[in-house]
Amino acid sequence: MARIVGIDLGTTNSLVAYMKDGKPCVIPGRSGRTMVPSVVAMTDNGLIVGDPAKEHLTRSPDRTVYSVKRFMGRGLADVQGELAYFPYSLTEKGGVIRIKLGEKTYSPPQVSAMILKELKQRAEAHLGESITKAVITVPAYFNDSQRQATKDAGLIAGLEVLRIINEPTAASLAYGLQEKTQGTIAVYDFGGGTFDISILKLKNGIFEVLATNGDTHLGGDDLDRRIADLLLHEIRAGHHVDLNAYPDHMQALRLEAERAKIHLSDNLKTQVAIELPDGTSRFSRELTRDQLEASVMDIIERTLAPCRMALKDAGLTPADIDEVVLVGGSTRMPFVRHRVQELFSKQPHWEINPDEVVALGAAVQADILSGGTTDMLLLDVTPLSLGIETMGGVMSSVIRRNTTIPASAKEMFTTYVDGQTGVDIHILQGERELAKDNRSLARFRLKVPPLPAGVPRIEVTFLIDANGILNVKASDMRTGQSQSVEVKPSYGLSDSEVERMIEDSFKFAQEDVTARKLIEARLEAGALITTTEKSLSEGSRLIAPDTLASIRAAVAALASAKDGNDPKAIRARMADLEQAAKPLSVAMIDDSLKRSLQGKKVTEVT
Amino acid sequence: MPVLSEQVEFRMAHHTHTSGSRDIQMARSMCWHCQSEMSGEYFCERCVKVQPVSKETDYFTCFGLPRRLTIDQSKLEAKFYELSRAFHPDFYQNKSEAEQTISLGNAATLNTAYRTLRDPIQRAEYLLDLEAGSVKEIRTSPPSDLFEEILELQETMEAYRASDRASQAGHELRAQLIAEQEALERRKRDMEQQLQRLFTDWDTLQDRGDAGAQARAERDRLLKHMRDILSNRTYVKNIVNDLVATIG
Repeated sequence: MARIVGIDLGTTNSLVAYMKDGKPCVIPGRSGRTMVPSVVAMTDNGLIVGDPAKEHLTRSPDRTVYSVKRFMGRGLADVQGELAYFPYSLTEKGGVIRIKLGEKTYSPPQVSAMILKELKQRAEAHLGESITKAVITVPAYFNDSQRQATKDAGLIAGLEVLRIINEPTAASLAYGLQEKTQGTIAVYDFGGGTFDISILKLKNGIFEVLATNGDTHLGGDDLDRRIADLLLHEIRAGHHVDLNAYPDHMQALRLEAERAKIHLSDNLKTQVAIELPDGTSRFSRELTRDQLEASVMDIIERTLAPCRMALKDAGLTPADIDEVVLVGGSTRMPFVRHRVQELFSKQPHWEINPDEVVALGAAVQADILSGGTTDMLLLDVTPLSLGIETMGGVMSSVIRRNTTIPASAKEMFTTYVDGQTGVDIHILQGERELAKDNRSLARFRLKVPPLPAGVPRIEVTFLIDANGILNVKASDMRTGQSQSVEVKPSYGLSDSEVERMIEDSFKFAQEDVTARKLIEARLEAGALITTTEKSLSEGSRLIAPDTLASIRAAVAALASAKDGNDPKAIRARMADLEQAAKPLSVAMIDDSLKRSLQGKKVTEVT
Repeated sequence: MPVLSEQVEFRMAHHTHTSGSRDIQMARSMCWHCQSEMSGEYFCERCVKVQPVSKETDYFTCFGLPRRLTIDQSKLEAKFYELSRAFHPDFYQNKSEAEQTISLGNAATLNTAYRTLRDPIQRAEYLLDLEAGSVKEIRTSPPSDLFEEILELQETMEAYRASDRASQAGHELRAQLIAEQEALERRKRDMEQQLQRLFTDWDTLQDRGDAGAQARAERDRLLKHMRDILSNRTYVKNIVNDLVATIG
């Protein structure tokens, strides 16, 4: 069976891992870094992803997308409150957010697909084989639309998504593999954009999730924003300038806030500095860990209510928890660790790198699916109750939250008026009483033969598969005929849209190639300039002044081409420089030969 | 517009169980794949393909348990894990689509079975359903011995909702509701103890294996008694939930 990789598609960083000799390991890029920043930039030469794209955050903020995970499976109304924080423009079409990048608009799954492709290529380069199958992780508290959007992203990236698995449970697999632990564990997963808590029971290789809870809009991003807001305020008060009007400075501010936050995890104070738009003055201040903690305390407190809820749903108290595991970059904050330790009265674990543990777990799950690991089995749950809207706009629960998946439920439907030929069904997800307060997942129409009221009996089966994704089937109990149900997602791409996006992604691939060529050409041009200058410093005395001048001119021409966006021009100037520098290298070789021959007889040389 | 009216005009019918068919432990006679006669439990002994758990298989049978109301939880869990290892879709990734579908269906059934049997109340409701048809009729009026008390309680709740919570009257109503909640919870625990005794009686009767007329009458009496208490308990539980929501 073809290899399956494990992918952690994160809010701020993404990683790909695979199983090597029974051990999961993360695949590094050429630079040696394992994390790919989840950033996509539209440049004049096409799309770029990861570290190079991150540089565009301040250079072209309106065309550089970050934290796209926050928009997966959501409508514009869901993110209304945070629109001001994003420098790129968002619209909505068919219940799906669209992100405007230059001339074109992209759905969040398309943007995520670009990140997935980058990971796919990274894995292919490392493993020397084509990668087409993957396990992708999602926050445990992701609803059906968000999971479906993640699966769509995989498809668009040319990956068959064999399983969507929950991030905290993935982490538990990585820990379980290492420790062969038994007992009840709590996984506290505080990432870049989402928070999850999962309570699991580990016994003889079975990882049974007892309860899960969380908030898909609570993460390190929110901490950064809080610090940025604090600085924004002070800059406004002290320098009478509102950075909100300067998207590039806002990005710089956000990045500086993030940097300060990270620095304060290991240090008690840090210096924060921001260049101001006037180009001459700068704002700077000292930020202490105490000040940071005081300003973000309420955000961290917000993670504790879901923890208590999950404990309650599992029928447990903090004393019943044997081990607590920390996952996600935000758990590096000493204050977070402190609060978690207080809640569970236990020293939490973070032996496995919290940035990598989810990807490692995804690789373990991939190995289970490919038949490599056979002694471990994950039994996960659905995080939210599934229901249907009944008369009076009330939600009637069909599958309760924290039910082990796969889970199925059957409901019988009949008609209310004579001759009625259809029944409209509205599927919901959530814990609230009223339909309107819950998440609308989809609508579909049951076809019913025209009969007196109450006579038709249509049985609808709701099945939540092992990915936590809903499937619906219907059959007429009188005739035994099953009918296909065309479910129209409330917040998702239709199948035909996904197909079109897959086609489009081949076109993007072309543009990607252009962008890649440019990056490579720039790198090589840089290397050539460096070596030429080194040679000049050693050998300029060996060549004629006019040759020297032409080499210098060629170096300058290449340096300016390198700043441009045309890979062909760069290649051409590189060839020019190589040509111009030939006399120099010839002279240097002659020189070294001459020196090595000094003091030797002619007969010895021939 | 008729279309509009249809949008809201449907109702959910309850699951219909033809209780007779549940009693027959009809084994599937043939393997879906190789058509050989089935002798294995969940896997064909000849071609080793997984077999769908029959719709006629009740949850007790699925776990290899007799229809008793006292269950050894650790044995139940061990069997659940064992069957999960047999059915979970994770282990069918390389198999045919037909086998994947069966694995998915079986795993879903297994999960429902485990959830039902794990909880003593759900287990009893399920057994009643098997033995005597659905018990899921939701009680809409209070049990007769609680009638007066519930009426009064509902008035108090109304008054509390309308009251100024910070006022003296509000405080008093709240204290009254808290006392009432405790009383109802005590009553619920009493009912659960009563049920526990009935469960033991049921198991004893079943263990005796007596098919005589007297035993049958005793069986019916036990089932009816359990059904009454279960439905009263659900009613009280819902009232308590209401109360908790009101008190906040």
